[in-house]
Amino acid sequence: MVRTNRMPRYFVHLLLVVGAILMIMPFVWMLLTSFKSVTESTSMNPFVFFPSAWKWENYSEVLRQNNFPRLYWNTFAMVALRVVCSIVFSAMAAYAFARLKFPGRNFFFGLVLFQMMVPTQIFIIPQYLMVDSLGMRNTIFALLFPGLVSAFGTFLLRQFFMGLPKELEEAAKLDGCNIGQTFVRIMLPLVRSGMVALGIFTALFAFKDLMWPMIVNTNSNAATLSSALAKIQGAYSVDYPELMAASVLAIVPMLILYVIFQKQFIEGVATSGGKL
Amino acid sequence: MNKQIARRISKQTWGEWSWGWFLIAPTIIGLIVLNIIPIIQTAYLSLFKSGDFGRGNIYVGLDNYRKMFSDVQVWHSVGNTLLYALLVVPTSIAISLIVAVFLNGKICGKSIYRTIYFIPMVAAPAAVTMVWRWLYNEHFGLINYLLSRIGADAVDWVGSPKLSLISIAIIGIWSVIGYNMVLLLAGLQEIPKDFYEASDIDGASRFRQFFVITLPLLSPTLFFVVVTSIIQAMQVFDVIYMMIDVTSPAYEHTVSLVYLFYNNSFKYSNKGYGSAIVILLLAIILIITFIQMRAQKKWVNYM
Repeated sequence: MVRTNRMPRYFVHLLLVVGAILMIMPFVWMLLTSFKSVTESTSMNPFVFFPSAWKWENYSEVLRQNNFPRLYWNTFAMVALRVVCSIVFSAMAAYAFARLKFPGRNFFFGLVLFQMMVPTQIFIIPQYLMVDSLGMRNTIFALLFPGLVSAFGTFLLRQFFMGLPKELEEAAKLDGCNIGQTFVRIMLPLVRSGMVALGIFTALFAFKDLMWPMIVNTNSNAATLSSALAKIQGAYSVDYPELMAASVLAIVPMLILYVIFQKQFIEGVATSGGKL
Repeated sequence: MNKQIARRISKQTWGEWSWGWFLIAPTIIGLIVLNIIPIIQTAYLSLFKSGDFGRGNIYVGLDNYRKMFSDVQVWHSVGNTLLYALLVVPTSIAISLIVAVFLNGKICGKSIYRTIYFIPMVAAPAAVTMVWRWLYNEHFGLINYLLSRIGADAVDWVGSPKLSLISIAIIGIWSVIGYNMVLLLAGLQEIPKDFYEASDIDGASRFRQFFVITLPLLSPTLFFVVVTSIIQAMQVFDVIYMMIDVTSPAYEHTVSLVYLFYNNSFKYSNKGYGSAIVILLLAIILIITFIQMRAQKKWVNYM
């Protein structure tokens, strides 16, 4: 079939390749700069693209000045706890909202919807004051605190539960399962893809969050990777190779997870978008 | 007999009720403590002025709001935030849509492209902004070097009050393209292929197909992407915080509502004023959402 106005395939590829280069170029530049000396990174004539000698000292210097193992642990603990809490509590509430009838259901679900419409910054001052009055600043608990429950997760998983056939529960009931057994043994395994999507979302946004860890864990040993970077930038703002080395160290864990689980990441985002 | 049935039913209903309450309890208690009470508290705090060193709150009534409405910086931040949203949302959605349409066809390397375009989404904004700041560097940045190769003058991307918001918006667009693209691609795959085949037979051009089939059928997804993008853009903070210091000459031209909220609440420890600012943000977001819900009826087609 001849099409006059159809874009040639190579042209489409050309555009996509240019776009792809623009997408990864900052990361490549981050990596290249992280191995340069300060002189090389600021040399304009000639401009240096590749470091003449790969300077690992930038990394050892950054690792020496900052407690990265501690930052990795704090970030990992925050992400893991938020993922577990949001999945467990959201799945429970989502099932009840999707399938059970009980007084107050609509009202309580209204609370869930209401929370989703409000910008999160509105909760931050009181949440900070609560953590402060508990004497829990600069702890892992403080990092977890706003993510203990998830309105978004409840809404998302409710959509998944509502997509399951009703006959399943009737069959389970005939077999003598009570509601709890039906939920855990029959329904929960069927919304696995929803729970994976929620886990990925929660992990991604917890990992990227900057303001909350910056506010609540001011002690540098209690910081997360993101909030530590903000501090590091203030500390040595001229030494770009070292700043880039710190950035590489901060983004590498999530990047590795993404490379391994890219299918789950992308499908998680795609399916949840369709469900909201 | 009847009595027995009635008792059994009520026992069963009671069982369902208690299971329902038990299952929602953690989430609802959490929401009340973490979100509902804080909203009331924030509204209440906005009526107070924090004393020195954040100690001792003094009731000032609506003074924070009066101060806010005559505070030039607040109006700047409202303007900056809206301008940022205006720069980021249409551009990023247009680019994501083009990429999604390209990738929706039979094209080789589809999943590789998808993977690459999504990468900025998994990187922490703090790290990403740092490398962009370096790319933007006036004297040693890669971007100005490339510009100098084609004979253009060096540009002060970060420090110039006129340009800095655009530079920030570019980072915002770059970060979000992959995410929107994945959502739109999922929407595109829902459109039945027969529609295109039928219009092929009718001899419709690709461009016409895009406007007559793709756009209307994609409009529910597009609506979702527009709404979430606007809400995200209205809450912009990380990139600006990492890029523009309070002392920068570009600060007034880039400070967003959330950045201003952060500075007032936690840097200057005036939580009362910070609360008033965040209530203003809430009001603006609610107004925009309301307008979108009304406009939705005009352009969104639900099949």
